Amino acid sequence: MPSDFLSNLYVFILAGFVGFELIKRVSPLLHTPLMSLTNALDAIVVIAAIIIAGRHETRLSTILGLIAVAASFSNMVGGFFITDRMLRMFKTGKQPKKP
Amino acid sequence: MNPALVQQLIDSAYIVATVFFILSIKWLSSPTTARRGVLVGEIAAALAVIATLSNPELTQYKWIVISLIIGAAVGIPLGMVQMTAVPQRTALSHAFGALSAAMIGIAEYYVGVGHLTRFGMGEIGLEVIIGSLTFTGSVIAAGKLQEILPQRPIVYKGQNIVSLSVLAGALLLAVALVVNPSNSVLFPIMVVVALLFGVLLVTPIGGADMPTVISLLNSYAGFSAALLGFVLNSKVLVVAGALDGSSGFILSVIMCKAMNRSFTNVMFGAFGQVQTSSAAAEEARTVRSASAEEAAGILAAASKVAIVPGYGMAVAQAQHKVRELYDALTKRGVDVRFGIHPVAGRMPGHMNVLLAEADIPYDRLIEMDDMNSDLPQTDVALIIGANDVTNPAARSDTSSPIYGMPILDVDKARTVMVIKRSMNPGFAGIDNPLYYFDKTLMLFGDAKGFVGDIVRELGGTNSH
Repeated sequence: MPSDFLSNLYVFILAGFVGFELIKRVSPLLHTPLMSLTNALDAIVVIAAIIIAGRHETRLSTILGLIAVAASFSNMVGGFFITDRMLRMFKTGKQPKKP
Repeated sequence: MNPALVQQLIDSAYIVATVFFILSIKWLSSPTTARRGVLVGEIAAALAVIATLSNPELTQYKWIVISLIIGAAVGIPLGMVQMTAVPQRTALSHAFGALSAAMIGIAEYYVGVGHLTRFGMGEIGLEVIIGSLTFTGSVIAAGKLQEILPQRPIVYKGQNIVSLSVLAGALLLAVALVVNPSNSVLFPIMVVVALLFGVLLVTPIGGADMPTVISLLNSYAGFSAALLGFVLNSKVLVVAGALDGSSGFILSVIMCKAMNRSFTNVMFGAFGQVQTSSAAAEEARTVRSASAEEAAGILAAASKVAIVPGYGMAVAQAQHKVRELYDALTKRGVDVRFGIHPVAGRMPGHMNVLLAEADIPYDRLIEMDDMNSDLPQTDVALIIGANDVTNPAARSDTSSPIYGMPILDVDKARTVMVIKRSMNPGFAGIDNPLYYFDKTLMLFGDAKGFVGDIVRELGGTNSH
């Protein structure tokens, strides 16, 4: 097995544990924003897409990379945007009602 | 600048981004810190993107910038959809995420073909298969949620065998590619077969199971990104993918538990297609119905009211009327709380978002278990657009298709009121014995109109 694979596997397992422990603690109240936020974080694949498109190795790889840039960046922008929109709606009863 | 130094700076930016991602999810755990979580997530994403754009390996920028602009132009409107449409937006974003992971994997294959190791080929093959099937599966799920495609499960004889053979076909092609990575004829066939499997996977699954399916696709999309991290040896992708994947996985488990179903049952069970049961019990059972005026009187006399909303409430666009009812009762000193079943709505947590949008304070939204310990002391349980999640047959009737599913024990409240259009059974077509109890009052009518009438009655008696 390549050593890169092993070091990635370490990271994957540790991140999986961290994710499990953190996500277990997220209130069910916020499960919808949780999904849209993790979606936006997952859109970090855009960095790989940028590299593939920008290296310009073959025409095919560039085109595929550019599609991936657009698709993942739309997730990044839209995901953060809608998560924040949803979270702004969550108010407690103690706060003053509408200004 | 010295290229080695630039690379070190880029790598450092990625490490900071990784830490921020973890903090982002940590802070999302509570509504008081959640927006801070979004902010750090945004900073991390911006940092990583800027670092990547300064990579000296990039030789052209024009098309990348154009693609980023197209992405933003698609993403912003998708971030502005109505709260009822959030499930389909989410399914679509799983599709986009999986699409980009698959595209990058495919590009990596064609760039590397000829000098790929077998191990590298295995990683790419698996990554592209998961990415592709998640893409088409998510598109189908989004179509079902948007009601472009039929919501009911589409089934035929021998379906599971066909679907599993298609999956096996994709995996066999991947194995053949591992044996001979330069056999580039097989690669596009593998992609097409995986895409086909995604369609076959989600088409037979009915609307009632969508919360589980969305979570599962979430998990697949995350794991495909993590696998891409393995392919490209990028730790930040591995971490982000692992977080997203484990999040989707945990949510799927929660959804399955909330419906008392196993993964296999959701994937291969095609729930809600046969409704043969309960026809025998068709004796002349009577229901008691009540008018808005009577309902308002009972609610006003109560000291504790539990409202149980279901997706029917959102379909009828009744959230804002429900908020008015909440206000009117709270003003009279009635303690009003909302009992939220984990599968209320069409994705995990959806009902909370719908009620929060209607300005109902989130400390009034109570999880099922907490609500259940409180229902025996509750005067009135008012059910709006929910059915199966209140069905006491799930506790007692072993022959019921939903037997064992955790429910909100509304029948423990002193009085039960159910707003319902007619006596037609619900989504899953299962009869609800709750409606025939002596303490149950049926309020026949459209949810929005009926709640509006109750509010008017409450307001009317108040001004006298």
